[in-house]
Amino acid sequence: MEFQLQRKSKTRAFRNFLHRYPTVIPAVTLAIAVGLFALIVGERFFSPFNLTLVMQQVTIIGLLGIAQTLVILTAGIDLSVGVIMILSSVVMGRVSVTYGLPVELALFLGLATGFLCGLFNGLLVALIRLPPFIVTLGTWSVYGAIIYLVSRSETIRAQQIEDTAPFLQWTGNMIRLEGGAVITYGTILLLVVAAAVWYLLNRSSYGRHIYATGDEPDAARLAGIKTARTLIFVYVLCGVLCALAGWVLIGRIGAVSPLGNQTANLDAITAVVIGGTSLFGGRGSIIGTLMGALIVGVFRNGLALAGLDVLWQEFSVGLLIIAAVTIDQWVRKMSA
Amino acid sequence: MKPQAILEARSLEKYYGSVVAMDGADFDLYRGEILAVIGDNGAGKSTLIKALSGAVIPDSGQILLDGKPVHFRSPLDARNAGIETVYQTLALSPALSIADNMFLGRELHSGGTFGRMLGNMNMRQMRNQARDMLNELGLTTIQDINQPVETLSGGQRQGIAVARAAAFASQVIILDEPTAALGVKESLLVLKLIRDVRDRGISIVLISHNMPHVFEIADRIHIHRMGRRGAVVDPKKITMSDAVAIMTGALTVDDTAEKQA
Repeated sequence: MEFQLQRKSKTRAFRNFLHRYPTVIPAVTLAIAVGLFALIVGERFFSPFNLTLVMQQVTIIGLLGIAQTLVILTAGIDLSVGVIMILSSVVMGRVSVTYGLPVELALFLGLATGFLCGLFNGLLVALIRLPPFIVTLGTWSVYGAIIYLVSRSETIRAQQIEDTAPFLQWTGNMIRLEGGAVITYGTILLLVVAAAVWYLLNRSSYGRHIYATGDEPDAARLAGIKTARTLIFVYVLCGVLCALAGWVLIGRIGAVSPLGNQTANLDAITAVVIGGTSLFGGRGSIIGTLMGALIVGVFRNGLALAGLDVLWQEFSVGLLIIAAVTIDQWVRKMSA
Repeated sequence: MKPQAILEARSLEKYYGSVVAMDGADFDLYRGEILAVIGDNGAGKSTLIKALSGAVIPDSGQILLDGKPVHFRSPLDARNAGIETVYQTLALSPALSIADNMFLGRELHSGGTFGRMLGNMNMRQMRNQARDMLNELGLTTIQDINQPVETLSGGQRQGIAVARAAAFASQVIILDEPTAALGVKESLLVLKLIRDVRDRGISIVLISHNMPHVFEIADRIHIHRMGRRGAVVDPKKITMSDAVAIMTGALTVDDTAEKQA
């Protein structure tokens, strides 16, 4: 049967190419950014020590970004990822340090907190069918308030944790390699999580159902996919990954604080978007998100080392987001 | 010899409040035929079709598949019984590949029980089977099974949707307006494809508003009118305008019988 393909112009072919290989743009951007800062800043930027420092700096945003990617693939958004992370870390700290319970139990209850937060989001989105933006805007406030209830607005100092529950800081352990490279257990955890979620999205049928649910929910339902169940699964997994990020956060800063990381959810969304995942759902990848997080990390680190004011970091990251969404719109147009 | 019915419906009724969507509707699909279902807007043909595909549960009446009564509670039930439906919207996921779409919702797994638990897809087998199916149906211009569906033309997409139905249907395929969105040339190719699927032994229900297409391809035509079967006619023995006249009520079947006599 000879159905004719439409004739392709060069632009169209290029757009097709970007459509097939959406991670090309973040990959090229990352390569250019690294090259540029290596050139401008030189040794101080392009050293094993500094490059692995960037890795450490993006570990938390990378984890939250992976969690956020899952939700955005379903054409949703989770504004509560940052507060779920902090709430979970507060639960871990309170249970083990303040109440003196075993640290394994504290870790478990922290992850369970993430699970429940995600479950609540997922039930509201999938069963009551509220818009994810509104649901998570609400739970952002609710979970944020619970942080203060649980923590009583107290910070648990690093020394206290080291004395009573050092395992909570386990993710901050470092492996020092030749040449000054430093890798934390947290970064390794990020890579393990990324590999697992990559497998889920690319090799398992659950992943196909996640993409299909975000791409065309009616088609997914007619194909026999239980879209509500898929959505709940995604929000729950997102919550658990945020709790894991909470553990990594304790390792990174040593202490447990109800304050701080106010912009973590926005940074996570930034990493996802710069990584080429479409806010309209159905398109995107974990590798893209990792690169997105690295791009943001490289820009912040490089600009800081170049001696530029912090405002230029915000400025350039903002431009990156706008550019990424513009490209996504353009690539998506080919399906119209 | 009386032809053997594969899918039958007896006195189906469906009420939406005071609106009667099916008023004792009967239906017979014979094995290996293409049965076109035509009817004016509001005649209740889509309710009938939805009852046959499991999307609507009739208030009363009986549906028989291969002579045995069936009770579909959902489209999934109908699918499991061997009835595939190709919806007008095609129900394809544009960003996913052809192979992904063909197996969407019923992916093949590998790695035993553990693999199934993980949802571990057997991607090679899915790709090979999808390619074989397209080749068998002569959809050979689709070279790349990993191509996203949105890069395909309307006719190619329709081809994928039909191929998917053909791959999984053991008994019946219901096609809802398969040529409505297509140009002349692509329509003809899709009609040929439908005929090829029938020749593979699958019985086909075709819903269409396009009379030339109906008359070109149908073995029999079920004319639905006022919530029930108005007539079943042979496209070789009736003119297109008479069929439309029966559909709109301007003519009764007796009138046409007289004309033929």
